[in-house]
Amino acid sequence: MRIFKTVGLLVLLAFAIGFPLLFSNPAVTTIAVFTLLFAAAATGWNIFSGYTGYIALGHAAYFGVGAYALAIMCQDWHIPGGYIPFLLVPIAGLVAAGFAVPLGGIALRVRRHTFVVITIAMFFILQLLAYNLKSLTNGSTGLGLPIPTDWSGDFFNIPFYYVTLAVLLVAIAISWWVRHSKYGLGLLAIRDDEDRALGLGVKTGPSKLAAFVISALIVGMVGAIWAYFIESIYPPFAFDATFDVAIALMAFLGGLGTIVGPILGALLLEPTQQYFTLQFGQSGYYLVIYGALFLVVILLLPQGVVPTLRARWARFQVTRSQQEVAVAATTIPEQGESTGIERKEGINL
Amino acid sequence: MGIIVEAIITGLLTGGVYALMASGLTLVFGVMDIINVGQGALVILGAYLSYVLEQNLHIDLFVGLLITMPVMFVLGLLIELLFIRPIKRDRTMLSILVTFGVALIIEGVLNLIFSTDYIQLRAWYITASFQLGGFYLSYVYVFDFLLAVVLLGGLYLLLYRTKFGHSLRATMQNRTAAELVGIDVERVSAITFGIGIALAAAGGMAFGATTAFNANSAYDLISRLLAIIIFGGMGSLRGALIASLGMLVIEDVTSVVWSPVWASTVFFILLVIILLIRPQGLLGQVEGRKQ
Repeated sequence: MRIFKTVGLLVLLAFAIGFPLLFSNPAVTTIAVFTLLFAAAATGWNIFSGYTGYIALGHAAYFGVGAYALAIMCQDWHIPGGYIPFLLVPIAGLVAAGFAVPLGGIALRVRRHTFVVITIAMFFILQLLAYNLKSLTNGSTGLGLPIPTDWSGDFFNIPFYYVTLAVLLVAIAISWWVRHSKYGLGLLAIRDDEDRALGLGVKTGPSKLAAFVISALIVGMVGAIWAYFIESIYPPFAFDATFDVAIALMAFLGGLGTIVGPILGALLLEPTQQYFTLQFGQSGYYLVIYGALFLVVILLLPQGVVPTLRARWARFQVTRSQQEVAVAATTIPEQGESTGIERKEGINL
Repeated sequence: MGIIVEAIITGLLTGGVYALMASGLTLVFGVMDIINVGQGALVILGAYLSYVLEQNLHIDLFVGLLITMPVMFVLGLLIELLFIRPIKRDRTMLSILVTFGVALIIEGVLNLIFSTDYIQLRAWYITASFQLGGFYLSYVYVFDFLLAVVLLGGLYLLLYRTKFGHSLRATMQNRTAAELVGIDVERVSAITFGIGIALAAAGGMAFGATTAFNANSAYDLISRLLAIIIFGGMGSLRGALIASLGMLVIEDVTSVVWSPVWASTVFFILLVIILLIRPQGLLGQVEGRKQ
């Protein structure tokens, strides 16, 4: 089983690395880059919200801070288009993480709904600042990023693809490490019962804040790559309310608090969204379809794909072993039939 | 000095309209323990309904509320029955996402029907104004404020003087206990949601009469409404009232003494400061331990 898992993961990794070679069409690779960006952002978001149960709906704030940080660095330091801006992506992520320290500190003083609403409010504060701090952000005119002129049409997406893939792998590694560490167990304990976790010696405050900052770091790096990829940024696109909810929806669809869930959610949703955008533009149809999809996902699969499948699989295995028992039981003439039925009912409960 | 007084007066008058929209939001939160992030979109939907009635049937905006409010009440019942009641686990979080989905659909439909051009409602009292002290004030601000007073007064009577109001407040205090004494909590929830949406419709008309809007105005509105209900303390009607008036006065004063672009930023920054001192908001209650 373990061998299968390792081989499977290696095959997936090889496929991810080989993808741009298999599908060199720029339209396809563009969708692939966006999908990987969202997969990384959703994974980052999940490290905080999925593990601690605190649903943050303001991570677009850190996405925007990362985007603006890269744009401002490139502009002030006169950095030409090419590979150098990629080296600044981690710095942009750190800037976003720097913003997350005080903002997270304030937001995490409250719980549940109030926390959700405060994260939304903070997102709007930063969006307003992007509009109003004209000397830094150039207001609603937006900022341009250096354009890598020597990358031709077919090649253009390739560097972005691999850089984003690298960020996604780092995010997955962090997510995996958190999930399997004592620190991560502390976060899960906070999700289940925060006061009891505190009573048992989990340092809930610093744990939550650290997870918040880590997720902001990843989302900030994603924002920086995104800004460089689309070459110019404006306040409503860098600080986009639908981004907040998109990454949450991806994590919910795939399975909140699982490692694979957010990635699966992004793989399912982002290409769909890109397809709808191509088909209908950013028009009303697109919003209606996306909203309806949203309702369907949440009402039919509230636990997400991964946990639902896992539960199905477990039930399937149990029923199979049950059937074997039942088959064995029927060979014993007297009581066999009845015990088989009893057991089956027990499973259905 | 004169302009500051003027700013305070207009702030108080428009604050009444925000109180109308925010009261629906905070009421739904208090009873059902969910945040309806679709409230902004529903407010805009209400404004568009009034617009359609006025344009096509020439029904006065305020008279039109007699039609739009019941329609929106029924819409609220339907949303509650179809999308919110089926959520069994993790209601709090999932309901936020569900109501966001509803908001997206409403925004999409409005964009399809009306395009994204800004529109403003039309009536004689929107263009006519009267002199008050040293400045002119449009009649619509006063009418809007009176509407808010009437509806909020009606809400008060409903909550404190009727049997339904008693059931509603009992559900707010303790859902399980209310169920145990024989209150049909599900029915109370559905009706409360309907009332919240009907208030949004009235607020939408009042908002559309003073401000040009399109479907995307919902984002700006919901951010303000959420800020107002946190500021006032979630689930507290009185808090929402104080916060609405306070927010609009602060905004209007900031925009005349400093600059209009910083007006809402100042309010949001004030909100963060308040939360540092009082995380539960002005009149909110400290969250009990999760069972």
